[in-house]
Amino acid sequence: MKEIKYVITDAMGLHARPAGLLVKEAARHACAVTVGVNGASVDAKRILGVMKLAAKQGMELTLTFDGPDEDAAAASMAEFLKANL
Amino acid sequence: MQQGTGRPVFSGVAIGPAYVYRREQRELPGACGDAAAEQKKFDAARETARAQLTGLFEKTRREIGEEQAMILDVQIMMLDDMDYLDGVRDMIAGGASAAQAARETGDAFSAAFAALEDPYMQARAVDIRDMAERIVTILCGGKSGFSMTAPGILVAEDLTPSETVQLPKDKILAFITRQGSSNSHIAILARIMNIPSLVQAQIALDPELEGKQMIVDGFEGRYYVEPDEATLAAMTQKRDEAQAYRLRLEAYRGVPTVSVGGRRIKLLANIGSPEDVKTALDCDAEGVGLLRSEFMYLGRSSFPTEEELFEGYRSVVEQLAGRPLVIRTLDIGADKQVDYFGLEKEENPALGYRGIRICLTREDIFRPQMRAIYRASAFGPLSVMFPMIISVEEVRRIKAFCGKIQAELAAEGVPFGEVELGIMIETPAAAIMSRELAKEVQFFSVGTNDLTQYTLAIDRQNAKLDEFYDAHHPAVLALLQTIVDNAHAEGIWAGICGELGADISLTETFLRMGYDELSVSPSRVLELRKKVCESEV
Repeated sequence: MKEIKYVITDAMGLHARPAGLLVKEAARHACAVTVGVNGASVDAKRILGVMKLAAKQGMELTLTFDGPDEDAAAASMAEFLKANL
Repeated sequence: MQQGTGRPVFSGVAIGPAYVYRREQRELPGACGDAAAEQKKFDAARETARAQLTGLFEKTRREIGEEQAMILDVQIMMLDDMDYLDGVRDMIAGGASAAQAARETGDAFSAAFAALEDPYMQARAVDIRDMAERIVTILCGGKSGFSMTAPGILVAEDLTPSETVQLPKDKILAFITRQGSSNSHIAILARIMNIPSLVQAQIALDPELEGKQMIVDGFEGRYYVEPDEATLAAMTQKRDEAQAYRLRLEAYRGVPTVSVGGRRIKLLANIGSPEDVKTALDCDAEGVGLLRSEFMYLGRSSFPTEEELFEGYRSVVEQLAGRPLVIRTLDIGADKQVDYFGLEKEENPALGYRGIRICLTREDIFRPQMRAIYRASAFGPLSVMFPMIISVEEVRRIKAFCGKIQAELAAEGVPFGEVELGIMIETPAAAIMSRELAKEVQFFSVGTNDLTQYTLAIDRQNAKLDEFYDAHHPAVLALLQTIVDNAHAEGIWAGICGELGADISLTETFLRMGYDELSVSPSRVLELRKKVCESEV
């Protein structure tokens, strides 16, 4: 299992649009991906759960990757977060 | 007569019969007894919903805009949400019909979002219900059940994006919604359609309201049901006056903007994207005095390529067919969030790394934009101006850079035309140095919003400061006079592209000061032309 952390810099936080993009990015990989904030954690491939996190600017996201392509998935997600959040 | 209030989102008066829009209170079909068959029905309806939403997404993107369209894209993703699908599957397995399962699971998720503390996420409850109700409607045979036989006033709780898109827009005289805000879908639509509308209205969605005569007063934020004769007469007069005023403005279409005393001033439009050119021309603007170039950079995750920028600018130049165009180079900073720029957070973004300061230090950003601008100039008249200038030195650096770009393009054999170079005067420093700056460029355009904010040291976003703020502060007016005098002393023209340019109470002052051009929002052009033509100056 791999884990990465990322602090949201986008002023709007994890609102509908980036949440949608994040789910699309997670769905590109075969491994299980979770995203969590403040102790709550959800399946990163499910939009309603990700939106319900209501993560805001300054909050730290914790993402875990579990499966055969976890290294590649974690690397590409890290890029994605930097570019979009 | 019954009356009430609401928050107006567009001024004007509308009179007509009420149409009450209620989400279908329909009987949902019961289960057929075979859970596998119900699941199949649900899956098929979900695919139909996907096709509909994809169509609506395209339509919304074309007719309303990217931001509104994204909401529908998120709904498409919700259709694939495993939590929602699992909930539906469990209910169907438990004996519910496809329609019951789609609605109740949707309601449950919607309620969970409505209970969140975050107001933005609370508002998403509507999107979830919208997505679920779409499936329900399909399962009920596709009847949405709402139509308007004659023009009227639409009264609703709130309207979801997909309901909004499907409304018979040619028949709607006004909107009244119990919920919504000045940024809700319906408010944006009302402004695009130019119809008086109220949100957050204190009104009961009583079926008895249906068909009754109503008045919406978008100036005062009031509505009337079954108005008495005096009110009806007064409101009819108000509506007709508003229409007559608009009609009188029409008389100034195509007329040269010249005052009684013979002063000629150019009236151009401020726009934010190539799609706005049509609006600008419809409003009879004489060209574009400010094309904000941020549109190509926002709402994406990487820098636009030179090709993309070039196509965007060329589209504007071609649509303007020979009329003047001024492009302002990228004016972005820590106050406008664009993630991929990788800008650091700043304590004080208004005084920070923004505008020309970014362009002069990030050649990777500035070069593609300037190359694209020069390339677009081969297709028609084009000027460029640079924001946030404070010194002659900056202008010299920009000019050297532009010279380099021209030499490069010439060496590559790429065609380009003459590009006038100008600067925004929006800092007190630039205003005070304007005589020296005028020797370096071919025009000035005054950005009054920033110039006022920097001169008065007042942040316009801070409502607490309203009592100290004076849009007509003598210091700002004195700077405006200095700027135009210095421009003319060096033989260049000067215009105003900030909000103050559209302030009718200052139009005569600007004429007297000697300004050559005003660039304003398209909808203000005719009103200003009327003012100029009636002026004795």
